[in-house]
Amino acid sequence: MSALHIKKGASKHSAYNLRPTFSDLQERHTIAVLVENEPGVLARVIGLFSGRGYNIESLTVAEVDHTGHLSRITIVTTGTPQVIEQIKAQLGRIVPVHEVHDLTVEGPSVERELAMLKVVGDGDKRVEALRLADIFRANVVDSTLGSFVFEITGAPEKIDAFADLMRPLGLAEIARTGVAALLRGE
Amino acid sequence: MLVQALKDQGVDTVFGYPGGAVLPIYDEVFQQNDIRHVLVRHEQGAVHAAEGYARSTGKPGVVLVTSGPGATNAVTGLTDALMDSIPIVVFTGQVPTFMIGSDAFQEADTIGITRPCTKHNWLVKDTDRLSGIIHEAFHVATSGRPGPVLVDIPKDVQFATGTYTKPSPTASRYQPRLKGDLEEITELVAAMEKAKRPVFYTGGGVINSGPAASQLLRELVEATGFPITSTLMGLGCYPASGKNWLGMLGMHGLYEANLAMHDCDLLINIGARFDDRITGRIDAFSPKSIKAHIDIDPSSINKVIKTDIPIVGDVAHVLEDLLKVWKSRGRKTNAEAVAKWHMKIDEWRKVDCLAFTASDKTIKPQQALARLEALTRDRDRYITTEVGQHQMWAAQYLTFEDPNRWMTSGGLGTMGYGFPASIGVQMAHPESLVINVAGEASWLMNMQEMGTAVQYRLPVKQFILNNERLGMVRQWQELLHGERYSHSWSEALPDFVKLAEAFGAKGIICKDPADLDDAIMEMVNYDGPVIFDCLVEKHENCFPMIPSGKAHNEMLLGDAETQGVIQAGGAVLV
Repeated sequence: MSALHIKKGASKHSAYNLRPTFSDLQERHTIAVLVENEPGVLARVIGLFSGRGYNIESLTVAEVDHTGHLSRITIVTTGTPQVIEQIKAQLGRIVPVHEVHDLTVEGPSVERELAMLKVVGDGDKRVEALRLADIFRANVVDSTLGSFVFEITGAPEKIDAFADLMRPLGLAEIARTGVAALLRGE
Repeated sequence: MLVQALKDQGVDTVFGYPGGAVLPIYDEVFQQNDIRHVLVRHEQGAVHAAEGYARSTGKPGVVLVTSGPGATNAVTGLTDALMDSIPIVVFTGQVPTFMIGSDAFQEADTIGITRPCTKHNWLVKDTDRLSGIIHEAFHVATSGRPGPVLVDIPKDVQFATGTYTKPSPTASRYQPRLKGDLEEITELVAAMEKAKRPVFYTGGGVINSGPAASQLLRELVEATGFPITSTLMGLGCYPASGKNWLGMLGMHGLYEANLAMHDCDLLINIGARFDDRITGRIDAFSPKSIKAHIDIDPSSINKVIKTDIPIVGDVAHVLEDLLKVWKSRGRKTNAEAVAKWHMKIDEWRKVDCLAFTASDKTIKPQQALARLEALTRDRDRYITTEVGQHQMWAAQYLTFEDPNRWMTSGGLGTMGYGFPASIGVQMAHPESLVINVAGEASWLMNMQEMGTAVQYRLPVKQFILNNERLGMVRQWQELLHGERYSHSWSEALPDFVKLAEAFGAKGIICKDPADLDDAIMEMVNYDGPVIFDCLVEKHENCFPMIPSGKAHNEMLLGDAETQGVIQAGGAVLV
């Protein structure tokens, strides 16, 4: 886990930019939230987004520190800069939230998502699907005579592109995990 | 264990209502004498009473109710406390852990229902964790921006025995920042030194921060000579008799206060949150000013109004540092310009926006409050209100010299708040004069609490301005909806005097302006609860008023032509 020791609520050196330049442009931000893994904590975060009318494009959550019972929630959201600042401040207000980080602001980050795609077909389409999977470095994790399940990891755009290619080749089902993200460097 | 934890938290009063899922706790309450339990008549009343207790003492209010309907009835009070940042701790019973999820009798997903209307809530599944969670609940409710919390305790957890831990202030991870950033504070001081037309805009945060904050604010205002206005929630943090006092601002605020906000060049927000009742039209709000905002909650900053100098911290801590920095830099202000600014304000004052014409036939509501003010001003007095026209008139015509004397539902605007709140205040201040200024419609919403007032011999005075209308709704229908008064009158009202007598209290009716003073004194001097039915002018509108969608300098005064003033854009606002 990255060292997240920035004080909540600090007006400087903080996830909260208290002097934003307001603009009406919609921005896409990836926010990492470190929370105490207690019952209902995810409902608090999701309830905040639905209750205040914020967007969630993707959300992933899992316990990352089993001894400290801490979970990391990665949220991809869109909004104007003012809304993004509000989202961060409101997240910081939730009592079991330890830290809030805007990975989009704090520096270059790596974003990865995992997806599984079931492609059903035979003949040339089946061969083409396998060939494209190879180009995208997707793995075959299940196979029958009439279908494949591919596993692919990458940035969301890469998965979108792969899914677009598979659609005419018999894409039957897709499951995506949502984005997990970390800051680059130390 | 719960009772022990409450004692260790210094709780002396609990407002509650028993039921199946809290019987073990009530059994413990029965067997002790340190904590008084006040039996309300409805759970909503319990929460509002706890709010009244909390706001008049600065201590958290405590509520104990049962599962299911007990918990759902508490929801309005919880939301009210959340909106107004009032520290209360609500304990709810829950069905036994092994029955949760089975749609058991009086089961409700209390944690799920109250999640968005509490600052935090807990379901206790293990008796060993109970005392720790209770202490944490009190800590969360009272630290940072205060708010309501809820602890849901299943019945089997109540029956079981466990280990008790004592409260420890350092045990909690939740430690909001109190000190403001010194660089930002210094920047504010520099702006104050230069400001030609400064104004302090204060709110409930000053009162929540504690008596020291009000004291420091007074010192700051006296030292700088800057004018000061306050929101509905902040009345009393600066004395109404103070020479720099402008009165309340906002939708029904005073002319001089709103124009000062509009024309100022430095706006110093201390513990207020730029609520829409204050700002009016956002893009025309205080267009020429540098805006500084002191707030303990980072999410309040830039939420509505863009802030130039943001200071995150507790009001008392920040004001202390602010005063130190200002003094160390030589106590400078632009005195000449500020004196001119005061002269400008005095011109606005001359408009006398609260003037009204009294009648000798019917009692004007303003007159009733002006007389109530004159006759009770010098007493040890606490005021609560319901919600509506009477609330705004009370805020305009009553004056407050100290914090914690004025309890009203600001953010949520809960009709039915004032009566139970007055019960909570009277419990905390048994010797004081507690008056609930009410409208007849609001008052009826929680009138069952007359039983509580009589049972505990609480001499709360219910001062009802009875216009047989939902006055504020009626006013809006007149201004906005072509005078079509859809369902805004009170049919089939009870005879309030007989109602009081039916409960074993005293009822007074007054309809002649000539009798008003004597009737008020009779109410004040009666040793017991009183319902005062003051029949007032039925069609009086509450002015001044900034119509929805308008700016501060577009106020309506009492004699304004009011038809058609709210345009289509404003009509969709509330």
